Amino acid sequence: MTEERVGVYVCHCGHNIAGTVDVEAVAQWAQTLPYVAVARDYRFMCSSLGQELIEKDIKELGLTRVVVAACSPHMHEPTFRGVSARAGLNPYLMEMANIREHASWVHRDDMAAATDKAKALVAGAVRRALELKPLEPFKAAIKETTLVVGGGIAGITAALEIANAGYPVVMVEREPSIGGHMAQLDKTFPTLDCSACILTPKMFDVGTHPNITLLTYSEVEQVDGYVGNFTVRVRKKARKINTDVCTGCGDCWSRCPAKVVDEVFEAGLGYRTAVYRPFPQAVPKYPVIDVESCIYFQKGTCRACEKFCPTGAISFDQEDEVIVLSVGNIVLATGYKTFDPRQIPQYGYGRLANVFTSMEFERMVNAAGPTGGKVVLRDGVTTPKSVGIIHCVGSRDHRFNRYCSATCCMAALKFSHLVKERTNAEVYQFYIDMRASFKDYEEFYVRILDEGAHMVRGRVAEVTDAARQPGEEGKLIIQVEDTLIGRQRRIPVDMVILMVGMEPQEDAVEISHLFGIGCSTAGFFTERHPKLDPVATMTDGIFICGACQGPKDIPESVGQGAATAARVLSLIGQKEVEIEPIRAQIDESRCSGCRVCNTMCPYSAIDYIEELGVSRVNPALCKGCGTCVAACPSQVITGQHFTYEAIMAQIEGLLYDVRSGNGHKTVAEPQPVEVA
Amino acid sequence: MTAPNGQYAYYPGCSLKASASAYERSAMAVLERLELRFVEIDDWNCCGATEYFSLNRLPAYSLVARNLALAAAQPTHELVAPCSACYLNLRKTDDHMRQEPKLKEQVNRALAAGGLHYEPGTLRVRHLLDVIIDDVGYEAIAAKVTRPLAGLRVAPYYGCLVVRPFESDDPEYPTHMDRLLEVLGATVVDFPMKAHCCGGHMTQISEDTAFELIRRILHNAAAYQADVIVTVCPMCQLNLDAYQGNVNRRFGTAFNLPVLYFTQMMGLAFGLQPEALGIGSELVPAQAALNKIGQVPAETPRHTPKRRDKDALPMPSRQRR
Repeated sequence: MTEERVGVYVCHCGHNIAGTVDVEAVAQWAQTLPYVAVARDYRFMCSSLGQELIEKDIKELGLTRVVVAACSPHMHEPTFRGVSARAGLNPYLMEMANIREHASWVHRDDMAAATDKAKALVAGAVRRALELKPLEPFKAAIKETTLVVGGGIAGITAALEIANAGYPVVMVEREPSIGGHMAQLDKTFPTLDCSACILTPKMFDVGTHPNITLLTYSEVEQVDGYVGNFTVRVRKKARKINTDVCTGCGDCWSRCPAKVVDEVFEAGLGYRTAVYRPFPQAVPKYPVIDVESCIYFQKGTCRACEKFCPTGAISFDQEDEVIVLSVGNIVLATGYKTFDPRQIPQYGYGRLANVFTSMEFERMVNAAGPTGGKVVLRDGVTTPKSVGIIHCVGSRDHRFNRYCSATCCMAALKFSHLVKERTNAEVYQFYIDMRASFKDYEEFYVRILDEGAHMVRGRVAEVTDAARQPGEEGKLIIQVEDTLIGRQRRIPVDMVILMVGMEPQEDAVEISHLFGIGCSTAGFFTERHPKLDPVATMTDGIFICGACQGPKDIPESVGQGAATAARVLSLIGQKEVEIEPIRAQIDESRCSGCRVCNTMCPYSAIDYIEELGVSRVNPALCKGCGTCVAACPSQVITGQHFTYEAIMAQIEGLLYDVRSGNGHKTVAEPQPVEVA
Repeated sequence: MTAPNGQYAYYPGCSLKASASAYERSAMAVLERLELRFVEIDDWNCCGATEYFSLNRLPAYSLVARNLALAAAQPTHELVAPCSACYLNLRKTDDHMRQEPKLKEQVNRALAAGGLHYEPGTLRVRHLLDVIIDDVGYEAIAAKVTRPLAGLRVAPYYGCLVVRPFESDDPEYPTHMDRLLEVLGATVVDFPMKAHCCGGHMTQISEDTAFELIRRILHNAAAYQADVIVTVCPMCQLNLDAYQGNVNRRFGTAFNLPVLYFTQMMGLAFGLQPEALGIGSELVPAQAALNKIGQVPAETPRHTPKRRDKDALPMPSRQRR
């Protein structure tokens, strides 16, 4: 039996750890632990000098185990495994003790306690390291196809970048057309580019690209597998249109007698028919029949569209289709929804006719929208003489969303310009703080000020039609404390626009569960690292871009879309990925074949081998979650890297200074395993 | 959810025994119909109204806490006040005693002089409107309606006190009583001033302030062609009713808006006689307006912008997503 030799490396992390934990004392103390051959502290273990220090020790002192007491393994486990591997030590014999998040950061005001806790964590890690066994990572080929979920500007950018590099992409979009929110907008700030003009060529490219398969009116139902090898089930909802023969001529929707308010594309400001194409530049060009509002589906008669369709493309009995995809990477670009201002009843939305949401106003000023671009009141004819624009509706508000929605200040300034341009009305902006960061935004703000917008700093108390003084009759009165002059003001206007904030999609939490990624309590998807890894997630092979990760404007969404493409392409370029070998393993000689584990496994990764009467883990499907390990009544399932021995040793190490009532040590001395 | 034993401790407050006796009469008549048992707490005292808290905090809390201690002795944990100011004071005292251990200790030391003690959190303080809507419910109320208030245009006036700690409705734009009055068959007008202040006791200190506040409310109700303003609070009723003449004189207006309690409206819809509900004791007589019940109201042009259907844009629904 060879003597084990453990190296312990205590990181200062600048002031992050050393400011609270006496790192030198921890290192000196660690030197006294059994089997520890060397213990050192260093300012930044993750720096190249720190890494070289460990490498040199492994080679020169013949270390057989390495313990790095530093930050979370989420941060630097790959770094130090790499160090071990380079020095010829199996990387799975490196163990991290998290003395930053688990000690220094949470015990800032108590150096002695933080130092004691760091010692315990190091002791646990040393004991655990002694029980670790060398493992070899699996290699798996990466499928070249990428799934992009969501066809807004972020998803479109990601899909085109990947497809242009020569790799296949499948895009899944819930709505009948791609385009997302950007397709609804009239102009984009600060350049006042026509939104549709710059978006539709990209939509067309997605629709015609030889490498892109477009599945619109479709939703992902199930996701299995791991990076490089995902199996995804997609439900393609029945369009009730045979797209093989449909030409998109429009005879069906021009004859459809069912008119309903279009809550999606027209944001509730316009109508659509039951068979409809959301907008003229829709991709694909085919309409869908909305079964909920179709007279034939609801009452059994009508079929007007069928009668008038010149190519016989109406297909009332078309069924949903389930498509199973095999993809290597997944890009989520599922976007956002807007805040429902009816939650703030004092702003009168839904009650006072001339209170509009910002999305309604986007459709109103759009030349292709319900009013043909005319700015009018709810009656459809009257031009407003004064317009009040209320910022931060549902944002920066402790009752709803504490965050800033980032885009509304600039959009409100854009509205100011459009109102002036089309009606010459007076415009009042009610803001808390103006946020005009990023290139050319501040300049745009100054331009709008020069155009004569009235800026009132203060959160609006209420919008009311209860006139109180002369001049208020028939108007909407905005009651606000103008915090710059320190007075209450009542400003009568004809029209009010509520700049509603951005929120995660209604089903964002379910989507995050479906794809196995994290999301905040609000529902925005969580990136792997907020600064250094903003488009990856904690799940390898799944990336996020656009407003599903947090409020964002178009350029930022495009930037993220392209970033996800770069990440996906770099993985595809590697041809294969290394997968953690942390799997459950059944000792078949001791398995009783009770099959408890079969039903417990959340990934259906355990098969029962009939002829042998035992269960067996399929390592390709196993995620190493440990459920079966805990469930096995015979204790014959081992979680590799998390064996009973390793866990018990770690606990004993953590409790090294706990003594029983009679003063005897409660835990046994370490029993090292033999080095292979 | 009804009180566990179907019984409520009842704190009337001073107004209901004097200026607002019509409120108590009508409330008791309606409660009998709804089979709710209210037991008046023994030997209660004034709640201190809205002023005392600003003058001297400890005696003000102790004054209220005495009533809480007396109510807690009853075999129920539900304490009901029909007056919004009483409701707020009882509720506030209970809450603040719970949050501030020092206040709790001081108040209880004061109560000990009278041999009393109150443990905050013992009672659930509720407004009468909340009990009728949450515990009885719209359906059960609808079942008792024998004479719907059809044809009557009513402005639901909640006032500013009842809505502040009122969990089941929106404090800025409450709609509970709107629905209740609709259930009774009345036409409820949109009433943006529904939760604004009536001026409270400012009538005694600054007529300039108080009359302007009263004028706004009357003006708004009149603009919506309301026949009656319906209140849940004796203070609101008094201000809008008793000072309506003063407001008319000061501003040269001609408001003639009777102000009734929601319990009086309920009683009428339940088929009770107006006299049994204290109707007739109001200063702006309600009878002329009440004669409209059952009549088809004259078509009144609503205060909405002119609308041409062909061009009109769809109106968003009031329902939240």
